[in-house]
Amino acid sequence: MASGHDFDPKILGFLCNWCCYAGADLAGVSRYQYAPNIRIIRLMCSGRVDPAFVIRAFFNGHDGVFIGGCWLGECHYVTEGNYDAMSMMHLTKKLLKYIGVNPNRLRLEWVSASEGIRFAEVMNSFTDELKSMGHIGESEGQDQHMLKIKLEAAGKMIPYLKLVEREKLRVRFKTEEEYDEYFNSEDVNHVFHELIADKLVMSEILLLMARGALSNGEISEALALSPSDVSKHMGNCLSEGLVRYDPAKKNYVLA
Amino acid sequence: MPSVVDYSKGLKNVVHAEASLFACSTDTAKEISNTIRKKGLNRVVVAACTPRTHEPLFRDTLREGGINQYFYDMANIREHCSWVHSKEKDSATLKAKDLVRMSVARSSQLEPLKEFDLPVDKRAVVVGGGLAGMTSALGLARQGFEVSLLEKKPELGGMARRVRRTLEGMDIQAHLDEMIQKIYHHPLIHVFHDTTITEVSGYVGNFVTRLMSEGRHFELHHGAVILATGADEYKPTEYLYGRDERVVTQLELEDFLDKEDKRVMDSQSLVMIQCVGSRQEGRNYCSRVCCGQAVKNALRLKELKPEMEIYILYRDMRTYGFREDFYREAASKDVKFIRWEPEHGPQVESVEEDGRGLLRIRVPDQVLGKELEIDADTLVLSAAVVPSASSKEMAKLFKVSLNPDGFLQEAHVKLRPVDFSAEGVFLCGINHYPKHVTETISQALGAAGRAASLLSHDTITASGSVCEVDEDECISCGACISACTYGAIEFYDTAKGKKAKVNPVLCKGDGLCNAKCPTSAISLKHYTDDEVFYQIDSALEASMDEPALGEVNR
Repeated sequence: MASGHDFDPKILGFLCNWCCYAGADLAGVSRYQYAPNIRIIRLMCSGRVDPAFVIRAFFNGHDGVFIGGCWLGECHYVTEGNYDAMSMMHLTKKLLKYIGVNPNRLRLEWVSASEGIRFAEVMNSFTDELKSMGHIGESEGQDQHMLKIKLEAAGKMIPYLKLVEREKLRVRFKTEEEYDEYFNSEDVNHVFHELIADKLVMSEILLLMARGALSNGEISEALALSPSDVSKHMGNCLSEGLVRYDPAKKNYVLA
Repeated sequence: MPSVVDYSKGLKNVVHAEASLFACSTDTAKEISNTIRKKGLNRVVVAACTPRTHEPLFRDTLREGGINQYFYDMANIREHCSWVHSKEKDSATLKAKDLVRMSVARSSQLEPLKEFDLPVDKRAVVVGGGLAGMTSALGLARQGFEVSLLEKKPELGGMARRVRRTLEGMDIQAHLDEMIQKIYHHPLIHVFHDTTITEVSGYVGNFVTRLMSEGRHFELHHGAVILATGADEYKPTEYLYGRDERVVTQLELEDFLDKEDKRVMDSQSLVMIQCVGSRQEGRNYCSRVCCGQAVKNALRLKELKPEMEIYILYRDMRTYGFREDFYREAASKDVKFIRWEPEHGPQVESVEEDGRGLLRIRVPDQVLGKELEIDADTLVLSAAVVPSASSKEMAKLFKVSLNPDGFLQEAHVKLRPVDFSAEGVFLCGINHYPKHVTETISQALGAAGRAASLLSHDTITASGSVCEVDEDECISCGACISACTYGAIEFYDTAKGKKAKVNPVLCKGDGLCNAKCPTSAISLKHYTDDEVFYQIDSALEASMDEPALGEVNR
């Protein structure tokens, strides 16, 4: 795996048609040169970016994901999807953090149609930041195989994450700072932990077991969990009928 | 380029690839449509410039080739690649190949979409019976369209009623009177006074507006609406306004001048303060009209009473355009202009000297480097133009945006200056931003023109890229409904229970609901999850053959 000087991060970008995509067009027309690492997908609104898109990009091996939208208050739509893009970005970052992926690999920026130079600058700065992080999993010290399992587990959480957002975390503030504060508050962390974290670990365990029967100790080692945590999760899995315990071999298999 | 063409030929599903120097020329378009027919192509990808400018053109080419226009995708290898990585030729070529591959993968998932025609009701509603509203109502009526003009007050005229003349000398009251006569006499214009709009439904071409006017209910059917809701004059809280009757606003002064009221005419000294309520925290814009208004009133005062001492305390004088001449004229007539900085603004107190009550204004003079003390009999405040409450109300009812300052926000400053991004709704006048009378008139005529160009059609075409619900997947959670502020999604009863349903006419195709839906039941056509996933999965050449996350999940 390349790192440091030779490393060329792979970036996938989701740009809203009206502002950031147009800003990228203007960078082109103005011939502002920037790092050639990004591949751009055009969407109508940054609010269209599904957390599943982000997780899938990382699963495929992208080192960074970029979301570009209109400045707050300048969304082309009455729905003002860029505010929702911000909520979604915060929640996805939390998810990434839980599975041990550096959340800074996901970046959301506002670029207006007139900010070609800003688009080029943002591209260079994000590319540089990712260069210093190395390939996905590398700076996080994650084994690629486990990383994929964890990303897959995170992917499975997304429908649930959306329901939690709808029921508990749908907010509308005016400024980015308020979003930062809210999504990093004790309350939100608590809600996220209570509603998502355990399910995420269970999902990881089940994915791990899809490759064969596992003992308590093996699960504990693979996911870096304490044996008591593993017992708790396995208890839940058993009561939900997701796994069976084989007393003879002292291990678990999928039900 | 040849290597990108060769590479494209080897991609899955590609049966034809060629290079073309001017892909958007008429000749090449003809060739493309011929190739579609000859080779029986069912998807077309053009790797060239940005779809933002050229997608409509190539969609036409597909139609000419006899296939659905939505079977088209564009790889932006110019603005997003060759032009921005011109010094890194190898990387740029690799990137171009990636972009083409992504487009090809996406296009394999594209579905044919149908655009549909909507009938257009040829009547219009104009909200606001001020100068802007009346001008556009007349503009439309003169072109033969029936117009309902809604005014919240008992009479027409609006804010312009309070302005006597423009700086250039146009008699606004005479103009208004003449216009009101024409409005009442025009057979195609129906005026509603004392109006409150209670409900708005429908969409471009087919709005239904319910209102109360003079105690009666009405229901109007119309195809377009022009918002000319005006603005208010800021009611100052600073400089003793409201506590001392010698402190007035420019509009109030204008009224006194018109009547040659003694209270003002007896003044020996008069001070004006500019930017009251403008260009400050919370109202960060310039009210534009007040510099001209101050100069206009100062000149009028000098005309009526040349010996009166007049001081204008300003931050930056902006008598827009040729109005600069009047600023010079005022200076030459001994109107004194004194500049102040927001950090050291004027201080006003009421004092008594030799039995004469005075307003004492202190302001640091930057030229002299000393604080000046001016005694005045009248203090005039150039109060800000502030958005009116009715603009906010209308923005909600007609689902259009306000800018951060609370003024109505047009779709595009240069390209669509009197349109909203919500179709069929137009704007003019000072609900947009503070404007001079002449600018308001031009804009009102512009809005009438835009509305007329819509109303002159018998039908309009709605985009095929809208949202759609798969009822079997819908779990009735309402995540999409609460996200859609266009009100395009509603629950309705089915045999399987309550399910979300999209009204395609109201849907604007931003796809926020799609991202909110936990079960992927609602999807934005032309940007479906699968179409995007195919792009994501093909972005890295290596990841294409591995089982992707979505397939594992499903």
